[in-house]
Amino acid sequence: MAKFSKLAFNKGELNNQLSAFFADLLEKNAVDALLAPMAQPKKGVMQTLVTSKQNLSGVDPFAPVVPVNGARLASSLTSNPSGKKIGMVLRSCEVRALVELVKLKQANLEDVVLIGLDCYGRYENTDFLKLRAAGATTEDFLENAQAGKTETDGCDVAGACKICEFPTTDNVDIRLCIFGAGQGTLLIEAVTEKGEEALQTAGRKFGDSPAGRAEAVKKITDARVAAKNAAFAEYRNSTNTFDALNERLAACINCYNCRVACPVCYCKECVFVTDTFRHKGEQYIGWASGKALKMPADTTFYHMTRITHIAAFCVGCGQCTSACPNDIDLMPIFRTSAEKAQGRFEYLAGRSLDEPQPLSIFDHDELVEVTGQVK
Amino acid sequence: MSEFEPKIVAFFCNWCTFTAADLAGTSRLTYPPNIKIIRVMCSGMVDPKYVIKAFLNGADGVLIGGCWPGDCHYINGNLKARRRVALLTELLSQYGIGPERLWLRWIAASEGTMLKEVAEQMTASIKKLGPSELNKPQAMVA
Ligand code: SF4
Ligand code: SF4
Repeated sequence: MAKFSKLAFNKGELNNQLSAFFADLLEKNAVDALLAPMAQPKKGVMQTLVTSKQNLSGVDPFAPVVPVNGARLASSLTSNPSGKKIGMVLRSCEVRALVELVKLKQANLEDVVLIGLDCYGRYENTDFLKLRAAGATTEDFLENAQAGKTETDGCDVAGACKICEFPTTDNVDIRLCIFGAGQGTLLIEAVTEKGEEALQTAGRKFGDSPAGRAEAVKKITDARVAAKNAAFAEYRNSTNTFDALNERLAACINCYNCRVACPVCYCKECVFVTDTFRHKGEQYIGWASGKALKMPADTTFYHMTRITHIAAFCVGCGQCTSACPNDIDLMPIFRTSAEKAQGRFEYLAGRSLDEPQPLSIFDHDELVEVTGQVK
Repeated sequence: MSEFEPKIVAFFCNWCTFTAADLAGTSRLTYPPNIKIIRVMCSGMVDPKYVIKAFLNGADGVLIGGCWPGDCHYINGNLKARRRVALLTELLSQYGIGPERLWLRWIAASEGTMLKEVAEQMTASIKKLGPSELNKPQAMVA
């Protein structure tokens, strides 16, 4: 049974309260280090690693921005483990990607206390900076979002967030809950034994389970699922030929930012930057014979390959779309493929650490329909 | 106008299907020249990129031939191939390349006759289907 500890805050005090809570975690050695979104000295909010409570003044975990998917950062921090216990404050799309990286042996959760957030969505990085410069605060955002409004000054949360059906974060040890918590309240939930132990060490007291939480979560989830289904149907109906796909990708310049930003694009070295794709001049001339060869070439080939690589793992974080310098909305391309691929193998990326990844297993007697042959 | 002759790129595993093709040849069985064979060591080494590249360059069909489950020279390469083909058909279908254009078949070294039959069936069925959207002589290659 999950246990909840209440953290009350006055207006304008949410981040101070959270900073005090994180200070307790560090000071009482519930964790040795903390990775959490913090305001940077000049501007912006980025994931920041600290080891002492003196450096917690910028704490702002609910700031509606995710400059990079934190699963990547968690991988950097844990693939060569430090032996230190690290608390990591991450959102649903980050934890779900991290689950996949753990299974790919590119991250390790042994010494990690995962602290998940409820998420109303994130703005694009440049929009977030603009809003901050105009004085918008995290609490303003949460208050408006609670009332169902995420749009401010012509900026709205990312398209990926509007269709993300996982607003709460699973597979974590501790959860920071705002859905259904009520004005001026945040609930700290101990999800696992590891989480409960950390909270106890930090001196948290547990109280009643919140009454309205399940209902509030359901409401948000249902709306997002409906939006997702509509967006997927729109994409599938409008993009059902290679011509239509190429039209969507027409502005692509092969910069590969989308795969750099993708937390589950797992190859250590992308084949598209190896000699395999450093073609000879005569090959290009050959491909262009009687045809028109768009250059840089191999664009559709690149995206189709990326689809086959990440379809089993895509968590729908939308970082690919956010990263594109040419405003190509890649997320629907990858998410719709992912839904098909994961559906075929009854897999859901990020759901569980125990489910084997679809292309890492195989069975003599399965998928007979692929060949339709029986001996 | 002459009849549409499909281009079918075939990846045959060295130990079973390619040997079957050899046997078909030495047994003087004929099969349609639409099937262009590429010999690979195992169906399990057919990277999805090979299949995608073939289609993007205008193949009307791709046929992967491997050993029957249990007979793979490398124990389970064919079982991995089967998962990959299942994945690829899910992904390519959205853009008009359905499972009717991407075939995986088990053809043992001794099954020269089956090789002939599969080659004939696939050629006939793709003839009926018509050329792939990507098989256009004047196309812009993206
Ligand atoms: S493909 Fe795009 S939406 Fe999917 S995990 Fe990668 S970056 Fe996120
Ligand atoms: S980020 Fe945009 S331009 Fe760059 S490779 Fe991806 S789709 Fe193409």
